[in-house]
Amino acid sequence: MPSDAPPPAIHAQALARSFGDKAAVAGVDLAVAAGEIYGFLGPNGAGKSTTVRMLTTLLAPTGGTATVAGFDVRSHPEAVRLRIGVALQEAALDPKQTGRELLDLQGRLYGLPSAHRRRRVAELLELVDIGDAIDQRIGTYSGGMKRRLDLAAALVHQPEVLFLDEPTTGLDPTSRAAVWAEVRYLNQELGMTIFLTTQYLEEADALAHRVGIISHGRLVAEGTPGELKRSVGSDLVIATVAAGSAEAAARAVQAVEGVSRVEVSDDEVVMAVDHGARAVSPVAVALADAGVAVEGLTLRTPTLDDVFLHITGGRLKEDAA
Amino acid sequence: MTTASTPVPARAHGERVHARSAGFWADWRTVALRALRLTWRDPEAFGPALAIPLFFFVVNVGALQAFVESGSRFPPGFDYKAFQLPVAVVFAVTGISRAQALVTDIQDGYLDRLLLTPVRRGTLLLGLMTADFVLILALATPVMLLGLALGIHVATGVGGVLMFIAMAGFWGLGFTGFPYAIALRTGNPSAVNNSFLLFFPFAFLTTAYLPAEAMTGWLATAVKFNPTTYLLEGMRAVLQTGWEWGEIGKAFAAIGGIALVSFTLAFRALAGRVRRN
Repeated sequence: MPSDAPPPAIHAQALARSFGDKAAVAGVDLAVAAGEIYGFLGPNGAGKSTTVRMLTTLLAPTGGTATVAGFDVRSHPEAVRLRIGVALQEAALDPKQTGRELLDLQGRLYGLPSAHRRRRVAELLELVDIGDAIDQRIGTYSGGMKRRLDLAAALVHQPEVLFLDEPTTGLDPTSRAAVWAEVRYLNQELGMTIFLTTQYLEEADALAHRVGIISHGRLVAEGTPGELKRSVGSDLVIATVAAGSAEAAARAVQAVEGVSRVEVSDDEVVMAVDHGARAVSPVAVALADAGVAVEGLTLRTPTLDDVFLHITGGRLKEDAA
Repeated sequence: MTTASTPVPARAHGERVHARSAGFWADWRTVALRALRLTWRDPEAFGPALAIPLFFFVVNVGALQAFVESGSRFPPGFDYKAFQLPVAVVFAVTGISRAQALVTDIQDGYLDRLLLTPVRRGTLLLGLMTADFVLILALATPVMLLGLALGIHVATGVGGVLMFIAMAGFWGLGFTGFPYAIALRTGNPSAVNNSFLLFFPFAFLTTAYLPAEAMTGWLATAVKFNPTTYLLEGMRAVLQTGWEWGEIGKAFAAIGGIALVSFTLAFRALAGRVRRN
């Protein structure tokens, strides 16, 4: 029976990209629904930006297929470009133009008539929020101003699908909050599909309807943040132990009743448990009996970082959120 | 999705706009206007290009005019200033381009931003070259005016003045492909900076300082195969002799040959840069 569901805004099958012998993206399957915010989470070098560059037609895949807004990125890149907006990892701006000139030039290249260009620039000024500096050269802008202008440049033509490649990296908390608010606005009020890559757990958790986790060029997990976190367990007990004793600690807590899984990350032992409050005391006793020096014992609910640890055996950097 | 920590802004994005390809000519115009605007903001990019050849023109004429014009190798009434003016203008306009700015666009990621739009790829170079052509004409004009101010008589009149500037303009334009090819192939500002070395054999293995009849040996052979020689001879004909269409035709053939080679290299380099490999 044919499905009535609209086609996905982004669809990739076995999407791959190699540089010589090195596979930067090693076969990614994706289906992002129209109107969805999809968080693409992974550490530096995992393949996030390469995936984005393929989906946005800047880089040709070496394997697999991908469609964006219904058009194949390989055979119909021009049609894709008309329907997407992109803010790349580094703000891609021309320091010798003014902000207004840059936005107007974007509008011209998307074929917008002058009245529409003027209106769009005026509308986007609210997002950029730089006052009179819009008529000053971009080279004089702060990092936050450049990021906001870069996002505005991606929105001039009101794209169907917006790609944001680590849009808040390096931003101060105020600028980051402004970008988050804009992402929500674009999605909720304009129905824009947003593909958001980030290494910030909090960002993916706060913004994305669904999250895909990429590691070493492969999509290793996918689901809503809630689903992913539940897959790790309902509660986590984290024991921080003396250097070099994590393995011994892990062995000591394996047999504790209620502990369903044990993982080690540096000097942390992460235990998935069904009832955290009931598990803390037995865990502490088991560690004491094993002679492990415990420096901290924490009970909390899982985060996406715990999901990442569970799936890949390593943690994402926590420097962000 | 977890609870929102920042509010959704209460504003509207107005009536929807519809993106479309602006078309080849509109893209060309847009890219050219940006390049022109930025050229105006980059006086350091063209100030020396004008000052240095004017300096050498004045020095060469001051040092050699009396010696050359009194020599027996040259016909009576030979005007060394008119002989040197094409050299000054060719030195001023050769190698002028926005290739360095193109490298900056590559390094800053701005070229990627342009490539994410539906802009026709070829117009990214054509627009830059259009701005270059305007600048080259703007550089050639004061050199010509200086020559007139110094008393050079143009044998072909006002039409010859315009022809002289046009020949300089097309030559400079024809040469722009070399630095663009280097910029697009390497993305390296130092490589582009050094591209002026390409001009050395074109500039000096010519009749820049002496007529062909005064040269012998390997230098005479090199001069014969150098397209700049034919450009200079054509420009000198316009200034000193009259509408000698044979010389002028050879000059335009030399321009066309240089342009064919340099544009081929530049557009192939552009194709390589945007091939998405």
